[in-house]
Amino acid sequence: MSIRGIEMHYYAVCKRKLWLFNRGIGFEQQHDRVEEGKVLHEHAYGRLDKEINIDDMAVMDAVDGEYVREVKISSKMEHADRLQLLYYLYLLKERGVEKKGLLSYPKEKKTTEIVLGLDENMEVLKALDGVQKILEGNLPRYRKLKVCAKCAYRDFCESGEGGDDV
Amino acid sequence: MSSGRDVFIFSAGKLHRKHNTLYFTDEEGKSRPLPVEQTENLHLFGNVDFNTSLLHILTQHDVRLHVYNHYGYYDGTYYPRNSRVSGYTVVRQSEHYLDLSKRLVLAKAFVQGGVHHMIRNLRKAGEDTKAHIDTINARVVLLDNANSIPAVMGVEGQCRQVYYDAFTLLVKSNFTWVSRSRRPPQDPLNALISFGNGMMYTTVISELYKTMLDPAISYLHEPSSKRFSLSLDIAEIFKPLVIDPLIFSLVNNRRIQSKHFEDTDGMVYLNEEGRKIFLAAFDEKMKSTFKHRKLNRNVTYRYLIRLEAYKLIKHVIGDETYKPFKAWW
Repeated sequence: MSIRGIEMHYYAVCKRKLWLFNRGIGFEQQHDRVEEGKVLHEHAYGRLDKEINIDDMAVMDAVDGEYVREVKISSKMEHADRLQLLYYLYLLKERGVEKKGLLSYPKEKKTTEIVLGLDENMEVLKALDGVQKILEGNLPRYRKLKVCAKCAYRDFCESGEGGDDV
Repeated sequence: MSSGRDVFIFSAGKLHRKHNTLYFTDEEGKSRPLPVEQTENLHLFGNVDFNTSLLHILTQHDVRLHVYNHYGYYDGTYYPRNSRVSGYTVVRQSEHYLDLSKRLVLAKAFVQGGVHHMIRNLRKAGEDTKAHIDTINARVVLLDNANSIPAVMGVEGQCRQVYYDAFTLLVKSNFTWVSRSRRPPQDPLNALISFGNGMMYTTVISELYKTMLDPAISYLHEPSSKRFSLSLDIAEIFKPLVIDPLIFSLVNNRRIQSKHFEDTDGMVYLNEEGRKIFLAAFDEKMKSTFKHRKLNRNVTYRYLIRLEAYKLIKHVIGDETYKPFKAWW
């Protein structure tokens, strides 16, 4: 199974979103916050190679010397951003390329270095296993999370008929 | 969230692209720009020239182009390439068509939603319609035992017949009303209903297009009957919710009168002036909002249709059983 970087990210954020996205039921298009992220991506690292593709599985934001870079709007989901970047480093290492990662939040003027050590490697493998299990199973039921408020999938998840049936 | 608008073009002329802007030039040579970025649907009622560079700019901005014939009936749509494809959803949609018991659940739900809004319209008209409401209520329970699509269609037809019988009580004007006539409509009221239902149909198509549903796989209507038959299914719920009250209001307030129709050998159609009045009112209605009980925020009637599509996806992928929208106020 080929898992994309965004799917690793979703795995850390919401299993239901991961499952839906994997089956082509995604709502990223036309969502303002997703658009904002795209604009940020286009304006970041003007002079670097952008959107480096690893075997059609993962598209990295940019590669800068010994670093793979990933840029995000806010650090609210830092654990997921970190897993996504670790996954890129893992994919590169599998192909014999050793790099480190830089996770940037330009709005917060914050950049974190990410290194794929043994523990982190285990973490990626464990997550991959988790992703596999989610995708093989049924759609995880909706339950409200803090992140739902800004999620592009929110109206889909919360659509339905409330109140008593007439 | 996208909040695009609908742009209607009635006059003959030319649509063209200049740099990255879209212009409409009428027959007198007067040119005006169209806000392509805020446009979601372009409806052409007049005879309009355009070329492929127009289609390119429409694709870039994800704008659909709907074409209507001389009588204002829907001919077809230019769809920009659609990236919202989910093979998984289409397979599950098909499963709910192929399995009769699953198909019946959805077909009945669409009828129930529609009939709920028919009764709602009758109830709002006062005491006179009580007998009609009772009859419809007696008919609609027959849905429970209907075990074939023709049987469901039969119940729907009976309810609709009673509903249309009550139209003389709902319309206060000098328009005569005998019965529903289509292809062609034989009187002004029928012309309004046909035109309005056609607009609802294209509106549902536009919203379905923004989802992963395949508009050709339907449940109440046979998929072979029309290209986008799922749109017909979903329109069943919204025609009596949106179109009929709109017609009653336009006619009862004398905003639409006999002079807004053309009669050609017994075929009656809305003229340009009449279409403009209707479409302005329709557009206003679709843009108006109400508080959604589940989302707990205001949504437009147009967006309500998208939410209906979402519910249908949730149903076919085994997430949440579909319940048709039923206005509760």
